[in-house]
Amino acid sequence: MTFIPKPKVRNPSLPRNDLGLTRRDYEGALSTLCAGCGHDSITAALTEAIWGESLEPQNLVKLSGIGCSSKTTAYFVSGGHGFNSVHGRMPSIAMGANAANRNLHYIGVSGDGDTLSIGLGQFCHAIRRNLNMLYVIENNGVYGLTKGQFSASADIGSKAKKGDVNRQPPIDPVLLAMNLGASFIARSFSGDKAQLVPLLQAGLRHRGFALIDVISPCVTFNDHEGSTKSYAYTREHYEPVVNADFVPLQREIVADYAPGETLPIVMHDGSRIVLHKVARDYDPTDRVAASAYIQARLKEGEFLTGLLYVDPTQKEFHELNDTPDVPLNSLAPEVLSPGSRGLERILARYR
Amino acid sequence: MPPTDTSHPDYYHRVVDCQWACPAHTDVPEYIRLIAQGRFTDAYMVNRQANVFPGILGRVCDRPCEPACRRSRVEDKPVAICRLKRVAADHKDEFVSRLPKIPAVKNGKHVACIGAGTASLTVANDLLPLGYRVTIFEQFGEPGGLMRTNIPSFRLPQAVLDEEIGVIIGMGADLKLNHPVKSMRELLAHGGFDAVFVGSGAPKGKELKLPGREEGAANIHIGIEWLESVAFEHVKSIGREVLIIGVGNTAMDCCRTSLRLGAQHVKVMARKPRQFFKASDWELDDAEEENVGIIVNRSPKRFVVENGRLTGMLFDVMEYDLDGAGRITAERVTGEEFFAADDVILAIGQENAFPWIERDLGIEFDKWSVPAVDPVTFQSTRPGVFFGGDAAFGPKNIIWAVEHGHQAAISIHRHCQGEAVTERLAPGVNLQSRKMGMHEWSYSNDYNPAERRLMPHVSLKERFKKLDIEVELGYTAEQTAAEVQRCLNCDIQTVFEAKLCIECDACIDICPTDCLTITADGPEAELRTRLRAPAKNPDQLLYVSAPLKQTGRVMVKDEDLCVHCGLCAERCPTAAWDMQKSHVAWPHAEDQPPSCQPSLPKIA
Ligand SMILES: Cc1cc2nc3c(=O)[nH]c(=O)nc-3n(C[C@H](O)[C@H](O)[C@H](O)COP(=O)(O)OP(=O)(O)OC[C@H]3O[C@@H](n4cnc5c(N)ncnc54)[C@H](O)[C@@H]3O)c2cc1C
Ligand SMILES: Cc1ncc(C[n+]2csc(CCOP(=O)(O)OP(=O)(O)O)c2C)c(N)n1
Ligand code: SF4
Ligand code: SF4
Ligand code: SF4
Ligand SMILES: [Mg+2]
Repeated sequence: MTFIPKPKVRNPSLPRNDLGLTRRDYEGALSTLCAGCGHDSITAALTEAIWGESLEPQNLVKLSGIGCSSKTTAYFVSGGHGFNSVHGRMPSIAMGANAANRNLHYIGVSGDGDTLSIGLGQFCHAIRRNLNMLYVIENNGVYGLTKGQFSASADIGSKAKKGDVNRQPPIDPVLLAMNLGASFIARSFSGDKAQLVPLLQAGLRHRGFALIDVISPCVTFNDHEGSTKSYAYTREHYEPVVNADFVPLQREIVADYAPGETLPIVMHDGSRIVLHKVARDYDPTDRVAASAYIQARLKEGEFLTGLLYVDPTQKEFHELNDTPDVPLNSLAPEVLSPGSRGLERILARYR
Repeated sequence: MPPTDTSHPDYYHRVVDCQWACPAHTDVPEYIRLIAQGRFTDAYMVNRQANVFPGILGRVCDRPCEPACRRSRVEDKPVAICRLKRVAADHKDEFVSRLPKIPAVKNGKHVACIGAGTASLTVANDLLPLGYRVTIFEQFGEPGGLMRTNIPSFRLPQAVLDEEIGVIIGMGADLKLNHPVKSMRELLAHGGFDAVFVGSGAPKGKELKLPGREEGAANIHIGIEWLESVAFEHVKSIGREVLIIGVGNTAMDCCRTSLRLGAQHVKVMARKPRQFFKASDWELDDAEEENVGIIVNRSPKRFVVENGRLTGMLFDVMEYDLDGAGRITAERVTGEEFFAADDVILAIGQENAFPWIERDLGIEFDKWSVPAVDPVTFQSTRPGVFFGGDAAFGPKNIIWAVEHGHQAAISIHRHCQGEAVTERLAPGVNLQSRKMGMHEWSYSNDYNPAERRLMPHVSLKERFKKLDIEVELGYTAEQTAAEVQRCLNCDIQTVFEAKLCIECDACIDICPTDCLTITADGPEAELRTRLRAPAKNPDQLLYVSAPLKQTGRVMVKDEDLCVHCGLCAERCPTAAWDMQKSHVAWPHAEDQPPSCQPSLPKIA
């Protein structure tokens, strides 16, 4: 880490968003992570994406569990709301908050340990409910915070820093989410902001559960030779299949794309994601085919990146449960609370 | 773009904007750090090495370094570089013992310097330690040139001049005062000198030939001559109403001096609007603080003389059209206006004049009497005769005269040792890491948002009581402590090692001023638009690395707004970035190669 906070001095030619703010206005506290940690890079990508979407800090809720990755919600958008939950329990906090106020933007940041080890059950149910949130896994294959034990995403044969070899099969969050019926599934790499930032923006605008699994090398415990989650290994084995351009509502699509290789997806609010298919035969709207393709490539040691599956029409939690249209705190007390007589009537229905 | 060649001596030198802008290449950030540590004498010596007269320059330097200062690109105001130089000079201890020893046995070569101004004194300063005999001829009774005769003592006290000039004379210069050189032919033929340096300045004030000039002569003065008469106490008073014609720095000294000699109302008359003034902003500010009136758009028409006595001046009232870039496209006269005056001072410029140099000696001049001087060697068209300071290319300033002196001294040294004056030692740059530990650097790298400190002045009531009350009081200890922290340490360079970079983006993300980008290579103009923040200042360099190992992209740094905070190096997990101090070696006469050093007898 560095001990000197990033000074306020800034470049006068920094671009400004629709609110007249620069990226610097969306920064957070000084990171305490190791210098070179992939997580910091994802923090920077999140900052950029949120700034680019001109979100107002007070409309943002940042949620996380425990881990180096989970610490990072403190490192962007100081003006947002935040909750650091017990290890692996971030989805239930997100669930509760989202149920109470559907008008905010929810960003969950978690680790491969927090999500796939201790928090696997919670994660699955958040997907089932199609909870309207952006869920980022900062995936480094280890428990960074507790000094580098293999996590549930470590690949078979991957070597730990001291030489131990992992023999258990990994849980792939992308394949898991495919099976569980998630409505937005992407994979990316902390070292590729050009791909990651538009994915984060699309995920923020997606109505429903948007999962982005981001390979994020742990420079301290998992960036050595023999690791399958190092910077060098990731760069050699990742294969972009679908790159996304997120096009907000008011903005024109400027570039002309060759037909057959691009696929504009209209989001619920009318904004669009323009997908550029790098692999012609990949179809990010066909769950079964996409899933098969991903597994086939994984077998050959390549992991696909980009927006791997999207369905903007799937109903999210509030629609599924027919909840009120407005945040609960804006309802009058008599609407919110049935009173003792009302309670009696409800209870009577079950007697 | 091809990868940047940082081994070129200019690359890192240019990053140190102040040092690059200083004609004498003073290592500004180094002396500011020394002041911060309370090492005033060391700070003084870093200055003296380059600019010879830190006490003088710390008060009156033209300070080309300040408009160049990086701080003014991230904030409003530059670091008060000049004021800090004065702090070093005011608080230094004994330093003469640190100067090079003067050889008791001389090298047998004898150099003449004409004029005891800045340029000649610098030549003497550089050549005396090498064993030369140096004779300085000065027409006046005191050394110092315009620094003594024209810069008023309320800006530059005599004591400061005496000390710094005295040190050079004390090195053994043979100073011949009241000794005007009247014939160059005579000097060359019978002086017995191995080289001659002409440092006689640009002594002729420009005339304003308008009707009434002759009739009013008794009350119309040429600025630099008048200031000289004031300095030598030949003139002790002036009328109540004074007009100064011209708005250069000479005009500022004339108006403020008038106020101290009894003038009640002083107006500086300018032909053009304010943005075209030649005077430095701070000199204008100081004059206005003393209630000098500055009247723009008045073009002198004639001197008005009644009953044989000057009563004032008539001016054309001007109007100008400007284009988008602020240039004048048209001008017209819209009327005339009379301004009453008891005295008028002309401050409209200076010229060279060499009536004492015969034109058949092989020393060529152009039709304006400006000598043909080589801009690198300072040699005239006659080998062995050199020019420097205002005498070489017309009026400039003290710091340029110093640098001319250094360069001429190199040439004189080489000439006297039988070496080609053109084959000079090239400048170089040395780098030294400033890493102390994991996140520790041997400089204060935390950006300090302090604003520029204001110079305290003697009150308006007190300062006019005597001619030589120095107006500026100098920084207090508290002001100094705050101002030194404003320096961004631009000489602590960000040095990149492409083969170590793992492209983790940590440096990109932490850089407060967004000057780093990892991206695909491209032509410079296009690359400048593709950075995290567009690089809009074409005067500032782009650093482009060799291709990076993992992706073949390049690391690009826009030098423009780097605040040298070292956070990139602190964040880098592989130490691909390091913070290294650049020492610019700007050669002087003493640095010339051994072939050039005279062999001295073994026994002293
Ligand atoms: C009013 C005024 C204010 C200025 N203020 C500033 C300022 O604030 N800051 C700044 O940086 N610069 C200032 N300058 C400019 C600066 O003073 C000069 O650029 C600088 O002094 C030039 O130095 P020099 O050695 O070339 O010549 P000079 O200083 O002009 O010295 C030349 C010397 O040669 C002598 N001399 C001339 N002819 C002969 C001869 N034939 N024989 C013997 N001796 C001779 C002269 O008497 C003089 O002493 C100012 C100039 C003026 C006129
Ligand atoms: C209930 C509970 N069990 C165990 C821990 C110890 N613990 C802290 S962080 C962590 C693993 C974090 O791994 P991951 O989510 O991958 O985060 P990383 O540090 O790798 O970013 C563990 C096991 C804990 N804090 N709480
Ligand atoms: S231990 Fe690993 S995951 Fe944690 S901060 Fe350091 S590099 Fe990042
Ligand atoms: S020193 Fe490094 S981090 Fe600091 S401003 Fe310069 S490039 Fe950016
Ligand atoms: S922090 Fe170091 S390793 Fe990382 S991108 Fe910057 S220079 Fe390269
Ligand atoms: Mg982890």
